[in-house]
Amino acid sequence: MRVELDEPKCVASGQCVMASPEVFDQRDDDGVAVLLAEQPGDELLDGVREAVAICPAAAIRLVDQ
Amino acid sequence: MGASAAGLAAVETLRREGYDGTLTMIGAETHAPYDRPPLSKQILASEWEHDRLALRSSGDLDALDLDLRLGTAATGLDLEGRAVVLADGTRAAYDGLIVATGVRPRRLPGEGDAHVLRTLDDALALRDRLAEGRRLVVVGAGFLGAEAAAVARGLGAEVTLLEPAPVPLGHAVGNEVGRVLAAAHLEHGVDLRTGVGVAAVTEAGVRLADGELVEADEVLVAIGSLPNTEWLAESGLTVGDGVVCDEYCEAVWGPPGRRLGESTRPGTSPAGSTRCSGCRCASSTVRTPPSRVWPSPATSSARRRASRSLRCHTSGPTSTT
Repeated sequence: MRVELDEPKCVASGQCVMASPEVFDQRDDDGVAVLLAEQPGDELLDGVREAVAICPAAAIRLVDQ
Repeated sequence: MGASAAGLAAVETLRREGYDGTLTMIGAETHAPYDRPPLSKQILASEWEHDRLALRSSGDLDALDLDLRLGTAATGLDLEGRAVVLADGTRAAYDGLIVATGVRPRRLPGEGDAHVLRTLDDALALRDRLAEGRRLVVVGAGFLGAEAAAVARGLGAEVTLLEPAPVPLGHAVGNEVGRVLAAAHLEHGVDLRTGVGVAAVTEAGVRLADGELVEADEVLVAIGSLPNTEWLAESGLTVGDGVVCDEYCEAVWGPPGRRLGESTRPGTSPAGSTRCSGCRCASSTVRTPPSRVWPSPATSSARRRASRSLRCHTSGPTSTT
């Protein structure tokens, strides 16, 4: 599974970092999300799915390869 | 009922938490669920194509296994019969109902045509009329009006922004920040006029309360919203400035204080910007501003609401209140 982050859509709410801190971080200057792992391991996918669901801007997608 | 962000959040939560029964999502608009905040920014500025607004891909929607009915408005609710009455004359039966029909823009009196900005179609209609040198008058310098004014100015339109309060957005961000925003608008060439009352939209522009006419080619009215609750008027639900509900976000009906959770438990809950009052998700009584700054209270209240109704379904016919 591959994580896609649509950066211009991000509103810097930080919800993804709370849901999945291993996969997401935020830029220091403006809080926009940063992808730490484009292809996270299976053990991290539950957290990523949570991030996809709660992102207020619908800026994250999890896609089958 | 309602196929925007809150309705989508509700059905996704139900599926994620294991509900595998029939899920029907019905919306008045013909578009699949889309993101509204960019309407007054990237869409108005033609920076994004509108397909970028989709909250979920068609594949993601298919995976939810929904009975998705778009372009279908609700006209009534039959609580005893547990069915929503639809504009096409059919009825949609339910065991549990989530009300997420949202709000629509307030308008001004007067015979002149004025734009509002709530739907994708609204945004595209306004965008098509904006160009270099066109005169746009925006009534209301809240989030939406201020954003639209800034975008229109960026497109080269001559923009007048009318606001009844002495400082734009003072109630939301405080007078100090409001004055900074006012200065920014003036610096960019927006003719911001505060402390101005508006009487009507005319063929020639906007008539102010003192009788002055502000001429315009296009008028945008951005003076807040009203809840879409007319379809509930005859239902027996208590409707005020939105759907009145208890502290658990269950709708209130019939004699004062009686709740849906008692006796017949038709299980009707408001979610999103439809506004409920008195419940724990008090944030949903605040209209989501058209900004991209805060997490949407609409979607978070819908998730909580859906999660509760799922528990009702899985735990049998016990009272939820």
